[in-house]
Amino acid sequence: MKTAVIVFPGSNCDRDLAVALEQVTGRAPAMVWHQESELPDGTGFIGLPGGFSYGDYLRSGAMAARSPIIRAVVDAANRGVPVLGVCNGFQVLTEAGLLPGALMRNAGLNFVSRPVPLIVENSQSIFTCGYQAGETIRIPVAHHDGNFQADAATLDRLEDRGRVALRYADEVNGSARRIAGILNDAGNVLGLMPHPERAIEPAHGSTDGRRLFEGLLEAVA
Amino acid sequence: MPRERGIAIGAAMKARVFITLKPGVLDPQGKAIHHALEGLGFSGVNDVRAGKLIELDLADGTKDSDIEDMCRKLLANTVIENFRIERSADA
Repeated sequence: MKTAVIVFPGSNCDRDLAVALEQVTGRAPAMVWHQESELPDGTGFIGLPGGFSYGDYLRSGAMAARSPIIRAVVDAANRGVPVLGVCNGFQVLTEAGLLPGALMRNAGLNFVSRPVPLIVENSQSIFTCGYQAGETIRIPVAHHDGNFQADAATLDRLEDRGRVALRYADEVNGSARRIAGILNDAGNVLGLMPHPERAIEPAHGSTDGRRLFEGLLEAVA
Repeated sequence: MPRERGIAIGAAMKARVFITLKPGVLDPQGKAIHHALEGLGFSGVNDVRAGKLIELDLADGTKDSDIEDMCRKLLANTVIENFRIERSADA
């Protein structure tokens, strides 16, 4: 699988994501600068990494969502190419309109950086097929703006259509209904605040993140 | 530096864009400010909401609809925020 990682000024998990993708797919991803307007031919997966694109100016992910490459990412997502947004990448996906809702300042105002237990709500998606539904996994979070909010109708629609992929087992950041990650309607776009690319090797303390990438590879192969 | 003809004439157009959280949207920063005010002994504050003020220095002839477009496309996230535009002709 040919993969691409989008790099914004201020991204800081792009290399972690690249290492994870290379380990799982056996092939290094193309690192695509945000000023590019096209993705490499045949890109079969796009990753939007964590970090602080544009210094989180205006709103987290707001500037990045208006950069030239995002038009190509939106086009690819609409064609069905899998797109994964981690942390700041999730914020960019909501700002770009590929996912609903918004990620606001954590309810406790603290930057939260620790491994958290997550409940797999939907194991049928291409991203979560490596897990069992209802399973609790451990993946680190590291964010200041992870408080997912949307209006009640949107939240109900997400729940009803199985688009809540992951939920925090415990209170973490004030997110509505403890939502940690959501899918788009077609199921090919996932945004999540936890960092699966930081749970790849036993030395990371958990390999639960690796199963996301392995499941994805198997699902799209 | 010489300005392009037609742009330098007239007063500078300014607009102020006020961005506020929609009613009902949780505002942790407003809450923290509220607590801090109470800590300072200000007891008469019922609620605090924090927002943003963005000042735009605009070319003459910029239409209201252009500013609204700016708000919808970038300055405000209309999922969670409202915006209000205030125009003035002076600096």
